[in-house]
Order: sequence, then C-alpha cells, then structure tokens
Amino acid sequence: MTTTAPPRPAAPAGPPSPPSLGRRVAARLLRWWRQLTAMRTALMLLFLLALAAIPGSLLPQRSLSQSKVTEYFRDHPSLAPVLDRLYLFDVFGSPWFSAVYLLLFISLIGCIVPRAVEYARSVVAAPPPAPRHLRRLPEHTELRTTLDGDAALDVVEEELRVRRFRVVRRTRAHGPELSAEKGHLKEAGNLLFHVSLLAILVALAGGKMFGYEGSIVLTEGDGFCNSFQNYDTYSAGPLVQGSDLGDLCVDLRSFQATYEDDLTAASFSADIDYGPAGSATRDTTISVNHPLRTDGDRVYVTGHGFSPCFTVTLPDGTEPATDECRPFLPTETRTMSSEGVLKLPDLGPGQTDQLAVAGFFAPTGVVQGGLLTSIDPRPLSPQVAVQVFRGYLGLDSGIPQSVYQIDQTQVERGRLVQVGSANLTAGESFTLDDGTRVTFTGVREFAAIQVSHDPGQVYVLIASIGIMIGSLAMLLLSRERVFARAGPGAGGAGTVLSIGSLTRGSGETGPRFQALTDDLQDALTTRAADGARRTTTPATSPDGAEHAEPEAPPR
Amino acid sequence: MSADQWATLSNTSFSIAVGLYSLAVIAFCAELAFGGVRQADPVRELVGAGGPVERPRPPQDLAPPPESDRGRRYGALAMGLTVLGALAHLTVLVARAAGTDRWPWGNMYEFATASVLVAVVAYLSFAFRAPSLRHIGVFVMGPAVLCMVLVGLFLYAEAGPVVASLRSAWLAVHVSSVVLAMGLFFTSGIASVMYLVRTRYDARVLAGDAPASRVVHRLPLAATLDRTAHRIAICAFPIWTFGVIAGAIWAESAWGRFWGWDPKETWAFIAWVVYAAYLHARATAGWRGRPAAWVNVIGLVVMIFNLLYVNLVSTGLHSYAGVGN
Repeated sequence: MTTTAPPRPAAPAGPPSPPSLGRRVAARLLRWWRQLTAMRTALMLLFLLALAAIPGSLLPQRSLSQSKVTEYFRDHPSLAPVLDRLYLFDVFGSPWFSAVYLLLFISLIGCIVPRAVEYARSVVAAPPPAPRHLRRLPEHTELRTTLDGDAALDVVEEELRVRRFRVVRRTRAHGPELSAEKGHLKEAGNLLFHVSLLAILVALAGGKMFGYEGSIVLTEGDGFCNSFQNYDTYSAGPLVQGSDLGDLCVDLRSFQATYEDDLTAASFSADIDYGPAGSATRDTTISVNHPLRTDGDRVYVTGHGFSPCFTVTLPDGTEPATDECRPFLPTETRTMSSEGVLKLPDLGPGQTDQLAVAGFFAPTGVVQGGLLTSIDPRPLSPQVAVQVFRGYLGLDSGIPQSVYQIDQTQVERGRLVQVGSANLTAGESFTLDDGTRVTFTGVREFAAIQVSHDPGQVYVLIASIGIMIGSLAMLLLSRERVFARAGPGAGGAGTVLSIGSLTRGSGETGPRFQALTDDLQDALTTRAADGARRTTTPATSPDGAEHAEPEAPPR
Repeated sequence: MSADQWATLSNTSFSIAVGLYSLAVIAFCAELAFGGVRQADPVRELVGAGGPVERPRPPQDLAPPPESDRGRRYGALAMGLTVLGALAHLTVLVARAAGTDRWPWGNMYEFATASVLVAVVAYLSFAFRAPSLRHIGVFVMGPAVLCMVLVGLFLYAEAGPVVASLRSAWLAVHVSSVVLAMGLFFTSGIASVMYLVRTRYDARVLAGDAPASRVVHRLPLAATLDRTAHRIAICAFPIWTFGVIAGAIWAESAWGRFWGWDPKETWAFIAWVVYAAYLHARATAGWRGRPAAWVNVIGLVVMIFNLLYVNLVSTGLHSYAGVGN
C-alpha cells in the first residue's frame, strides 16, 4: 500500500483578503482555548494553585479564627488593611484563588473532553497498524522459525490472546503483520480521576451554597433549637433561608470529661436529648469522634468548660440572680482555669445600679499568697476568685461586647467601679459594702455544641472514591501495544518474526517483554516440531542458542 | 513487661538504630570512596548483562565503573548494618505500641520516627532489587541519620496515652497512610536530587570539561535515578491521596467538617498539587527530565515544611500532634 500526497490546493491568485472580524475573533478564541487546555498551561495553573494556597496557611484566616485576624490588625495596623484589600485574610474565598482553580478546571474540561472522545473511539476501534520500523520501538526483538509467516503469526496471536490482548491481523506492503493492544482501563482510570476532580468541585460548591453551621455554648440543663438567632455564632451559604433549617432541638443533660492518670484528656461526652421542637425526647451520648447524625444535621461536641453559678442577694432580700450559671472561657486547657463574668443589668431603676461578678475559676483551686491557681482540670475542689463591679455595664451602648468580659472602657471612664473581691469555695459567700451578698453556689459543666449541615459532603465522598480508584488505575495499570511482522528468513529459509512493544505507563517493561518473547520462542519451537512430525519432512530445528539473548538494544 | 520497661526498650532501640545507621553511612561512604576499580584496570565488564536494562544506552564512559571486591564488601556491610538498624528502628515503634496499647504514631516524635523508617525500608527494597541503587545509600541514610538525631533531640515525647480526639480507628488509617506516603516521597525526592546531580555531571562530562568526581561517577545512571524517583512517587501518590481522604473523613466526625483549610490541611493540599504536577510534568514535552525532577524536589521541600513548620510553629487543629512536654 502506498500513500500519495493529496493534491495541493491551487495557490490563491492575488494577495489573500483579510479574514472577516468574526473569523478573526473566532481564531483568536480558538488559540486562547488551545493555550488554556495545553498541558503546560495546566502545569502552570497547578503551580499557581499551590502558590496561592500558601498565604492561607501563613496568615490568619477569617474562616478559621476571626479573633486572630483582629489581633493581626491590632499588631500590624498599617500592613493589615493592605493585605485585607488583597483578600489575604480570606484566601480560599478570594476572587484570585477562585480564578486560579476555575481556570484549572476549564483547562481540565478542555483536556478530558477530547480524551474521552478519543477513548470512546479507541475502545471500539481495532488496534492501529504496526509502525514501519519495529526496531525503533522501545522493546524489540526478532525471532526465527521454520514456520511460514502466517503460521508464525498464528502462534503469536494465540499467545497474545491468552494474555487478554485484542489482536488484529493485516497484510500490508511489508508483509503480513499483527497489532495487539490491551490496558484500556488505564485511560479509563485517567478519565475517572479527572472527572471526579470536577465532581468534587461541584459538590464542594453545592455544599457551600446550601450548607450552614452554628455553634452554641450550652451549660448542663440548658437546651436550644436549630435557628440562627439561637446560635452564638453561625455561618450559612448564600442560598440558605432561615426556614430551611432542620427541625431539631437539643437539651444538654450532663457532660463528662474523663482523664488519664497523667491528666491527658481521655474522653469528652455529652448526654443529650434531641428531637423536633416540642418533643426533644430521644436521648443519646455524643462525644469527640462520635457526633449525632440526624436526617441532614450533625451535632458535635467541640469543646467544654465550666459554668460557675452564683446567687446575688440584695440588702432588701431580693435575689436578682438565683443560682445563675455563666460559662467561663478556659484560658488554659491543661488545668482548665477559666475566666468569665455574670452581668446583672436590671438591679434598680438607675443605669448605675448594674452589677458584674467577674471571676477567675479554678476547678481544683490552690491559693498561694492570696493568688488562686488551678492544678487539675477535674472539678475536685472548685474555687473562684471574684471581683464585683458596680456602675454602668455599657450593654445598651450599641457597641457589642464579650459575654466573657466586662467592658474595660467603662472601667477606664470610671463608670464601672470595683466594689469588692474575694476567693470563694463552693457554698461560700461574701458581702459588699452596701450589704449585697454574693454566693458561689457551685459549678456545672458546659459543652460547646456545633450543628452542621452540608448536603454536598456525600457527593464529595463519592467523588473522592472516584479519585482514588481513578488514580490507582491510571498509575498502576499500563497500556500495552504489541506489533509483529513476519518476513522471510535469511536466504529465504523459514521466517523472521519482528516483534516490538510500546507501553504507556509505569512498570518494568523489559522483563515482561522478555517473558513474552521467551514464551513465543517456546511456542514457535513446539509448533514447528509438531508440523515437522506431521509432514515428516526433515526439520531444521530452530537454533535456540542464537536467540538466547534477544535483548540487543540499538547502540 | 511493664509499660516502663517497654518505654525503656523503645528508647534504647532508638539509640541502637541511630548507631547502626551511622555505621551504615560510614560503610556506604567507604564503598563510594574505595570501591572503584582503577581506570587502568583491564577488566572491563559488559555493563547491562542481567542488570537493569537502560534505554537509551548512554555512552560507555557515563556508566558507573565496575565495583571492586573491596567495594562490594563495604556495600554488603553497609546494607547489613542498614537492615539491622531498620530492625532496631522497627523495635522503637513496636515497643511504643506495646507499652502504650495504641498505634505508635500519636505524636510528632513517633510520627517522624515512623516516616524515617518507611524511607529507609523503601530505599532498602529498591537497593536489593536494583543493586546499582545501593550507591545512593549514603545520600538516603545520611539525611535519615540526621532526621533521627533531630527527632531524638527536639521532638522526643515520653510514651503515654493520646488525647481524646486521637482515640479513633482513623488514627490507624489516616496516620499510617500519611506516614507511608511521606517516607516514600522522601526517598523519591532524594532520588530526584541525585538525578539532578548526576545529569549535571553527565552534561559536563559530555561537554568535555569532566571534573574528576569518582563519587558522582559511581552513582546510578541518570535514567535509573529518574525512573526510581518516578516509580516511588507513583506508589506514594495514591497512598497520599488516600491519607488525605481518610483525614477528611476523620475530620468530619471529629471537628464537624471534612475540610476547613486548617494549616495542615492546606499544606497537605499543596503537597498533593505539587506531586500531581510532578506526575504531569513527567508526561509533558519540555518538562521531562530535569524540570520534572525539580518539581519532585519542590515536593520534598513542601513535605519537610509541612512536617516541621506546620506542626511546630503554626497553630492549628493538628497542633496536638506537636511536641510532648
């Protein structure tokens, strides 16, 4: 078979007229598309993605900790606003990070669509014809046999079919030849891997759009229902309506923290009742690594601490606070020493009659030189060092303030004055100058509870499994092609089989090819011997020694 | 045996492993330095018979010269010492596990120790299969000894129980796969570094200004190093992917979300992207060879940064994996 070049189109007579605008734009777009979908562009975008993620780990991120960002702003007042304008505190939601990964995914689509088409074609198509120069293939050898060309190729075909190759025989200008192929799963794995990457992005985006997360600090005995106004903090995707939240209420019955002998935390578990509003009656225990998974919502215990309880008795006998417990924030997790405040804004008619019981809580307290410290995270001997402030708390000043601290600016302005302090053990009380009594009645535990909803995460998991399977198939399988061509032997006697193989993928191809050609040589010898016996013509046995080392790479 | 005895056994084994590895490094050095046959030596073995087949075959003068008997003895000694060291190294972790009744990678000390063990075992398995790779022994075991010494000095943590959040079956799945992948990537990165050294040397030899470096000349062929680095990375990449996915599943049940761009997660992602780039670069025209090897070296740097900076300096949810007190 010879190929002739197609006739060249006649050269245009005059200078070519400039292409129309539409055509130019289309050509330009096509060129951009080709550039974007080229592998080297994809590589560059991969590097860009890696680079773009780095600031997200080096600078504080709003998504992780708003307080650290605030702290950074305080420490670097001139630099922080500049960084903020570059979205460096929201790297993973920033336009430039999104731009990089969206470009990468467009490039990915441009890569996998043609590949998928080609793959579909190659699955049904016959293996390609043998290249003209088989000895240029990475693996090549020649086998000699007394069989004629077709019979020799029959042997090769059998041997390859046993090895699950797809085989096709052709006769072309250089003689009868054979092409064989296997390992389509490698390319299928490659496609699965890349399609799964796309799927994971879609699932992630969907989860972000329709997901939400709320957290709340709950003292033993308290409860809450799943709605945004009840949470201490929450975040929700842009497509979440308040009414979309699952009907779920949770009551914290009790919380237990257990410790090893060396005070390593062994377990945190919360006994809760849960269910739809009005009938939160199903009880369960949630703990670290074991959240509650209801229909759509997941309930986690993410932290714990202590809520000291106080009773405040005014001189006239009224009790504005009776066994009121407030969560104190742990300042040190090893000993669980904590700080917090009980604010009482409604003691009297005036704005200056407000009271705050600020305290330092020690679950196992030791007083040394008048100073209270904690030596154990377990509530073995709870003590609290309280400072009582009277005056204006500033709760209605319009500036939000922490529920764990008094507003220091009111203290600085002299509007909130310390009127007493004491170290109290459970049950102890002390009296202020005006006769008000503050009693430390005891302590309860609190649990930080988080409710999460992410409709995308199941699909992310499925896509991850696709990535896993795809990468295994893509990296560990290989696509093999084997070609063979029969030619006349030296001096016209017998046949010379020229065999070459081309492997795409990893793995040591040499030994496998060696094994194949060894088996082929054996099969050819056996077949030739059989044929010789049947035709009873004197057979010249193939010279084995000559082919003992078929490996003769070109120099 | 009591927990204390197990802990003592573990610590003693650590010292023994470091000692044996150090001796192995000396023996590997000796092999490189004294193992060569003089150039005038008339014995010219035909390289390639039975050995790994190289394509395309480089000029004869780039092939590592044959090894003298003395060199072979040093090599065998070094391999023996490395194997014994690896056994002691394994004992460190087994004794930890026995003494604490948990998986022996609950803190940075154990994690780093296990990762180095994987790197050593990965090297050993390749060196046994392809003896020419034995010659990079000093460049694998040298850093391994350095890592072990630094781990022992700065990361050491007493045997003890782990915090509540680490008490999960996912500790075995997630951390084991990450340790495995890290150790493999480490070895792969070293192979790529050696490849870069070797190709630079080869280029200079071919250009005619050959520096008389008997050590570099005795390294495996560039193609062998490159292929080794790639094959190890191919093993490690799915394992790393699996480790990250397992980590995400664990994070979903421990922290309430499967991915939150915690610093460790971010760097795991960066490493994944870099290694994906490496595997792509190997298949991209214009990137094969040295540029791809550089990508693998960047991956190695990312891995080390991820291990040291993210655990020791930055604060994140993985911080409890930090140094014991």
